[in-house]
Amino acid sequence: MDVARAESVPAARPATRPRARGWQGAGLLLLLAVACALPFTLSGFRLFQFSQVWAYAIAVLGLNMLTGYNGQISLGHGAFFALGGYTTAIMIDRWSIPYGWTIPAAGLVCLVAGFLFGIPALRLEGLYLALATFALALAVPQILKYFDSWTGGSQGIVLSKPRAPWGLPLSPDQWLYFLGLGIMVVLFALAWNLLRGRTGRAMVAIRDNPIAAAAMGINGPLYKSLTFGVSACYTGIAGALSVLAVAYVAPDTFNIFLSITFLVAVVIGGLASISGAIFGALFIQFVPNYAQDISKAAPWAIYGLSLILFMYVMPRGVSGSIRVLWRRIREGGRG
Amino acid sequence: MDTFLQQVVSGLATGGIYASLALALVMIYQATDVVNYAQGEMAMFSTYLSWSMMNHGVPYWVAFFATVVIAFAGGVLIQRIIIRPVQNAPVLTIVIVCIGLLTILNSVAGWIYSYIIQPFPSPFPKAPIRLGHLVLGTHDLGAIGVTLLLLALIYVFFRFTTLGLAMRAAAQNPASARLVGIRVGWMLALGWGLAALVGAVAGMMVAPVIFLEPNMMSGILIYAFASATLGGFTSPGGAVLGGFMVGVMENLAGTYISFIGTSLKLTVALALIVIVLLVKPSGLFGRAAVHRV
Repeated sequence: MDVARAESVPAARPATRPRARGWQGAGLLLLLAVACALPFTLSGFRLFQFSQVWAYAIAVLGLNMLTGYNGQISLGHGAFFALGGYTTAIMIDRWSIPYGWTIPAAGLVCLVAGFLFGIPALRLEGLYLALATFALALAVPQILKYFDSWTGGSQGIVLSKPRAPWGLPLSPDQWLYFLGLGIMVVLFALAWNLLRGRTGRAMVAIRDNPIAAAAMGINGPLYKSLTFGVSACYTGIAGALSVLAVAYVAPDTFNIFLSITFLVAVVIGGLASISGAIFGALFIQFVPNYAQDISKAAPWAIYGLSLILFMYVMPRGVSGSIRVLWRRIREGGRG
Repeated sequence: MDTFLQQVVSGLATGGIYASLALALVMIYQATDVVNYAQGEMAMFSTYLSWSMMNHGVPYWVAFFATVVIAFAGGVLIQRIIIRPVQNAPVLTIVIVCIGLLTILNSVAGWIYSYIIQPFPSPFPKAPIRLGHLVLGTHDLGAIGVTLLLLALIYVFFRFTTLGLAMRAAAQNPASARLVGIRVGWMLALGWGLAALVGAVAGMMVAPVIFLEPNMMSGILIYAFASATLGGFTSPGGAVLGGFMVGVMENLAGTYISFIGTSLKLTVALALIVIVLLVKPSGLFGRAAVHRV
């Protein structure tokens, strides 16, 4: 199974013209300004939802690095989300470590776990890799319940929401929002740097033609397991942020459906695109809610229907469609 | 020893359930090159159809064959209407459409038939067969027989009929198949129809054991997926054997490894499968994928 066929995803974009890049930069700044203004206009629950969107976006970007850029499918990223979340929860609850330190720790734990999982995964591809990761996602809730002296079993662990530091006049929800937004922006910038450079090109080369990549001297196994590690690291940080925002962890939150939802978000947002992660995260956070508003009787039917319609209208995901639209506008403008 | 044999036998019985759905998964994969995540929900929906027919007084076997025909037509329609528009999109797009289909079928079934668990009749006699200390369920034996019969029919169909050959060709190399005059689109639709048919039979064989409920197939689908992968996605016989192996492994691990009990049963079964895959990456009976360079 080709996860991302070569023609579906641009391998390397020609350098964007300076003027277009200026526009893009301005647009990004504007979006960031809007995102910074949001917490002062929205209610607590909406804020919480957006904090979740930032966490999801980080996780989806992590998965997209693996699936979109490197061509390795994973149905098990919910497991790394859980690992990150539980690392944070256990560190705060059992060892009373300040929550700020637990976020990088969650990332580090997941980086190592992902790298180690990536080594045996080298032998598998396509469907078989999908099953191995799927097994991981299924096993996690059971394992978490098994080690109940650490994880609290199916009761889970209750945390308290962190207060804003340095005497900032922010409510805990507003602070978590900004924390998530800040970490997301930093991680997105890092990912952008990673993916447009030598490493990113190596990842894409392995996806498109592993033999040619090896012939050019790219160390395939190393890059593939490293990508797995970095991808898991992103997802773990996202899990930590999400747990801080919810202030509660329980094994059954991290069911197999979560992992599938991440994959849905990757494809809806657009394979091998960085901005797509945000569109995908918005979709998985808000569409189920709206489906509930439309039909109380069969909300998931509405969700499924919107999934299918999205795929009809934008088979390459949201950012793929934007890319096509943008190209048309530019070429149309030239005559 | 008696416990061991009994556990093996009941493992084979549950394995038969996994095997039948795994067979449907492998069928659709062979005929269309797509793993259909909605397979379980399609089977569930067909089973509900036969259930409502029987509730209106239709005899079992009439309802059975009517459901099989309806499921076939439904599978063809789903391919023509829902899957075809994204046929040329990346594989993951098709996967997402299948997931959408899954949630729709599940939700609509819950809406029409409610989430109340319903009993489902078995066509086989109730009294179990006793062999010494062993107790064999008649329904389990019957279900295994039906699965093996289906497997034989499928084998004959794909191996010895022109239509079966055409379907394999359409899945493996659509462009060349079209050049020799095969109507590729309809072959794919037929593949979906056949898989829906196998799924419907699987659903009607499973329902007496696990009862009828909109979520009845989600657990089974996981095991079926594991069985198909273990046996190899390119081999229907392997998938069936994989189903039986998963059923037995799961039962024996739960009985004999004390710290596992029932809570880690699924984890252990899956871990074993992953270990097998690491040794044989294309499944036990699958052909290694050959790439053209």
